[in-house]
Amino acid sequence: MSEDPLTQDLKRLEEIVHALEGDEIDLDRALALFEEGVRYLKTAKDRLSDAEARVERVLEDADGVLKLTSFDA
Amino acid sequence: MKRPSRPSADLFGAGSAEPTNRPAYTVSELGTALRLAAESVVGQVWIKGEVIGMKTYEAGHWYFTLKDAESQLRCVMWRTYAQRQRLVPVDGVEVYVLGTPTVWTQRGELRINAVALLPTAGVGLQQLALERTRERLTEDGLLDPARKRGLPAFPRGMAVVTSADGVVLHDIVTVARRRWPSVRIILVPAKVQGDDAVDELVRALAIVNRLEGIDLCIVGRGGGGRDDLLAFNAEPVCRAIAAVRVPTISAVGHETDVTLTDLVADLRAPTPSAAAAMALPDRSAVARQVAGLGSRLGSGLRRRIQVLSERLARVSLRARHAVRRRVEAPRRRWERLAASLDALSPLAVLGRGYSVAQLGDGRVVLKREQLPAGTVFSLRVSDGTIKARSE
Repeated sequence: MSEDPLTQDLKRLEEIVHALEGDEIDLDRALALFEEGVRYLKTAKDRLSDAEARVERVLEDADGVLKLTSFDA
Repeated sequence: MKRPSRPSADLFGAGSAEPTNRPAYTVSELGTALRLAAESVVGQVWIKGEVIGMKTYEAGHWYFTLKDAESQLRCVMWRTYAQRQRLVPVDGVEVYVLGTPTVWTQRGELRINAVALLPTAGVGLQQLALERTRERLTEDGLLDPARKRGLPAFPRGMAVVTSADGVVLHDIVTVARRRWPSVRIILVPAKVQGDDAVDELVRALAIVNRLEGIDLCIVGRGGGGRDDLLAFNAEPVCRAIAAVRVPTISAVGHETDVTLTDLVADLRAPTPSAAAAMALPDRSAVARQVAGLGSRLGSGLRRRIQVLSERLARVSLRARHAVRRRVEAPRRRWERLAASLDALSPLAVLGRGYSVAQLGDGRVVLKREQLPAGTVFSLRVSDGTIKARSE
């Protein structure tokens, strides 16, 4: 499975912060990076405030088909 | 047995009805021949008996005798093997010994070269079967630490293979709701004890490999007696765990026994709750990490602007005017963004329900006299500002 989106967000955010903290960028570039960083910050925050843990139960029917039903744990 | 063909007195034939012309063996020849015969004809076997005369030598070798009601066998276990045993036998204990009979030709003695030793007490046979399974899994590399996979940083979907009665699942869900509520949990039910347990666990683990959106699998049960854990020492279950395509945690609640599934899985947890805590990050810690990145983002940009202003101060007044015009628009854009950053900060006080009142010029309202009746001001709350008028 590919890397999860939150890891990707945080990685990109780290890169942006690192670039901003470096010395070799001009103001336009810094503003563009900042803007991008704010976007990642917002999506990362949204991912953290997702809903309650969903619980499902999987069963295999006679034909070998998997059926998922919500499960009250 | 091939014997030497050199002329000698026929000692073995003496007294028999049909004397042969077989030459005599030397002591060494016969000793060697008997040694080879003992090693090849019998080979490595398990022997059950009582330990007597146990001696440990400084070099680390063990010497002891195995006996039953009628016979005795002398045994030696060399240091290489002795240091791997989890049990140092004492006189009087009944054990299983894995060893190869041999003849020690220097002394003309029959010996057992022992390589493994297990107590028979109560669980001996089960333990024996377990050791054999462990040997086979080791041979196939399934217990190799190099196979262990790391857990995903932020799991999205987690399969839980356990009984449908809900106790284990309930523990895991409780931890998940506290630590990482965005995770999706899929119960793959299987009996965890009794005759069907092995088959059901194997089938459930195969189902895990067919689920979409899963990046972790916990296999678990609550605490139980030693006999209740049998399925978690079964070879098919171990191999099924090894075949799961996502990282696995074995959580077989039992304080003292390590099951074979614990050794095959990528990680072992003492209880299902502990498994969930290992698998799932703590949301508030991640939120703090995000907040930290947010404030570094702001201070990084502020510093860029400061560096630029300092450079600006060094150029001539005329040039300064020109450059300032170019900087002004970006600066206003920055101020806007900085405000949105503050609003996003997970630690922002505003998010906890407080608001800030500001006058038209941006000054914060601290005292009543700043707001005579009819004054227009704005209230900054977590997601923006509200225009307001005092009465």
